[in-house]
Amino acid sequence: MDFLDYMQLSTGQKIAYRIKTFFTNIPAYLGKFFTAIGQGILKIINTIVNGFIFYGTTFVKGGIGVKLSYIIMGAGNIFKGQIMKGILYLAVEIIYFAYLFGFAFKYVSKFITLGTEGPIEVIDADGWGTKIVPRDISLDILLVSVMTFIVTIAFFVMYIMNIKSAKTVEDMLNAGEKPMSFKKEALMFLDERFHVTLLGLPVALILCFTVLPIIFTIFLAFTNYDNLHQKPNLFTWVGFQNFADVFYDNPEKSYTFGKILGWTFIWAVFATFTNYIFGMILALLINKKGIRFKAMWRTLFIITIAIPNFVTLLTIKQLLADAGTLNLALQNWGVTNETLPFLSNANWARVVVIIVNMWIGIPYTMLITSGILMNIPEDLYESAKIDGANAFQTFMKITLPYMLFVTTPYLISTFVGNINNFNVIYLLTGGEPKSSDYYSGAGKTDLLVTWLYKLTATNQDYNLAAVIGIIIFVICAVASLITYNMSKSAKDEEAFG
Amino acid sequence: MTQVAGEKSYSQRQKTVNIVVYIILTVMAIIWLLPIVWIILTSFSGESGPQSHFIPQKWTFDNYLNLANENFPYWRWFFNTLFVAIISCVISTLFVLMTSYTLSRLRFKWRKKFLNIGLILGMFPGFMAMAATYAIIEWIGLSQSLFALILVYSAGAGMGYQISKGFFDTISHSLDEAATIDGANKNTIFWRIILPLSKPILVYTALTTFIGPWVDFIFVSYIMKDNRDNYTVALGLQRMLERETFVENYTTFFAGAVVVAIPITLLFIKMQKYYVEGVTGGAVKG
Repeated sequence: MDFLDYMQLSTGQKIAYRIKTFFTNIPAYLGKFFTAIGQGILKIINTIVNGFIFYGTTFVKGGIGVKLSYIIMGAGNIFKGQIMKGILYLAVEIIYFAYLFGFAFKYVSKFITLGTEGPIEVIDADGWGTKIVPRDISLDILLVSVMTFIVTIAFFVMYIMNIKSAKTVEDMLNAGEKPMSFKKEALMFLDERFHVTLLGLPVALILCFTVLPIIFTIFLAFTNYDNLHQKPNLFTWVGFQNFADVFYDNPEKSYTFGKILGWTFIWAVFATFTNYIFGMILALLINKKGIRFKAMWRTLFIITIAIPNFVTLLTIKQLLADAGTLNLALQNWGVTNETLPFLSNANWARVVVIIVNMWIGIPYTMLITSGILMNIPEDLYESAKIDGANAFQTFMKITLPYMLFVTTPYLISTFVGNINNFNVIYLLTGGEPKSSDYYSGAGKTDLLVTWLYKLTATNQDYNLAAVIGIIIFVICAVASLITYNMSKSAKDEEAFG
Repeated sequence: MTQVAGEKSYSQRQKTVNIVVYIILTVMAIIWLLPIVWIILTSFSGESGPQSHFIPQKWTFDNYLNLANENFPYWRWFFNTLFVAIISCVISTLFVLMTSYTLSRLRFKWRKKFLNIGLILGMFPGFMAMAATYAIIEWIGLSQSLFALILVYSAGAGMGYQISKGFFDTISHSLDEAATIDGANKNTIFWRIILPLSKPILVYTALTTFIGPWVDFIFVSYIMKDNRDNYTVALGLQRMLERETFVENYTTFFAGAVVVAIPITLLFIKMQKYYVEGVTGGAVKG
């Protein structure tokens, strides 16, 4: 179905069509998902088997240099005159094993239990008091284990490269060619292997500061590392208990999670669509034919994007506080006698954050949609004009459906962005008003992300925070999967016209 | 005759519609600008704490002159932020350009895998792994330091390649081919041919990475904890309004907010064009 067919449906049919395609596609998504996983597993098994066959035959057929480099990295290169390269490989091996046995082993060996020896109380040297001496630190054990896992994979890659390199040198010599000089090979990093040069440092840092922490945090979701198990006390594996707690097992946690999840979705839907529709209307108004000073209007609104969010949000928080200027002024003017609980009543606060978010987001949407709005085919509007449609009808029947059709991927990514919208909630309400029904410290306007932050920074319930993080990841992943499929369909439609 | 009359009434109707539009735009502009005007007005207020009127009754410049005091070293925070922002901007921009260029224009075995892994990593909430990051920073002995902050802001920068990759995708490959025929290697092509063409995306990346540290709360509050000397402006300003010091710092907060907002706002407006290009380039593609 292309855009014109779609346009001819009534609003009800359009919604039905959308819902129908969404649900009819689910089996296909799932099917694709599982076949992809199945294929992935097969591919991995295949690679391993082929790897064994290849490196087995290489070992049997290879000369002494190749055989030696299975044990001593770089031996093959050194034997055949590539001294520098060989020494580098050898250094990698020495460093890796020094790291493994000199440092990592005493941690990794305790990975299964995450430490068994808790802190002990010993008598001070002067014999008067006692002090707590930490022994096993579960956190360090887990961290070093994950680190060693990553380092080992990196080492394994180098090890395979070393064997390949030894084989290549030998093959070249057997064929009567001269092996490459070190200088020539180093220069390859500026040309054929330039991607290694460019990606090396960024990828290394991403491994250290993104991948390592994320894997570590995922592991935390399966431990009891909460506020009762802080350093120097031990924590240990608890399987899926934390997930069970969040979904059904622990009444307080599961209640809080359900409520916050529900509000997160309500918030994301309202925040996304209010901004989208009103931002678009603003863009249409500014770009309307015959309106002058377009640049001035645009700049006026853009100023509000340019001012850092936290400044405006913290200010608006002061403005709307119970003893803030707006309340004082309203009482002063005699509009009301009592304090209006803009941010201190749960329902008020929820409405207020959505309205304030419109203040933040509408200019931004205006900026983004302006260009796309200009691209709507002019003849659509002209035929509408001939049919005698008014501005509202034109907007509902042409602009909005067209924009929805073209910018669905943008909408979904905004939706995901709003699920993860930390600043507006945190700076405006801090998740408050707090609720006594909720698990410690969570409030009525908390989103999953702000709750995650509180769990990490204030409550120190790292295991629960990790579970919430994983759930957010799953939500984002599903949304992105849908986006991906839709943007594929959107591309097909572009071809049509 | 009727046709002419119809046209006339049509253009007249257009005029009334335009007047309505002007009114709506004006009202909206007022709503959007009022809070900003209020920030500026309050920053010149000589009264302490929230008032029941929007326009100060006593004017003063003292809030600006006394921005910093013992507990709230505003200027120190300002230069902390500037320092962190400049260094992490340089590193991040370089990283983003390096990864996006590689993933866009170089062909190698693991390219697709890198793209997918980057996509998946990006779906985890950014600060989910904060506790682990903090532990790592403690391990390498950088806890509560500005360098830790730089590391946190720029170490993962390589993952923000999507938008500039989209830009590099649009540059014609025949440029590379021509240069290769002339004997240039890929290193030369990157620095001499592609980078000079990339001004819009360079500016966009530099702008967003520079602004990042000015507006971040999450990482700086978690990393600095109680080390007030190393706060950034955003965190410091927020702390100014804590309960105990609320009334005495109230107007100073507004002055501080204006001081930090001015450079960022000017920068943003100057770079607006690039910003719109960068954002809309990525928006429709999804």
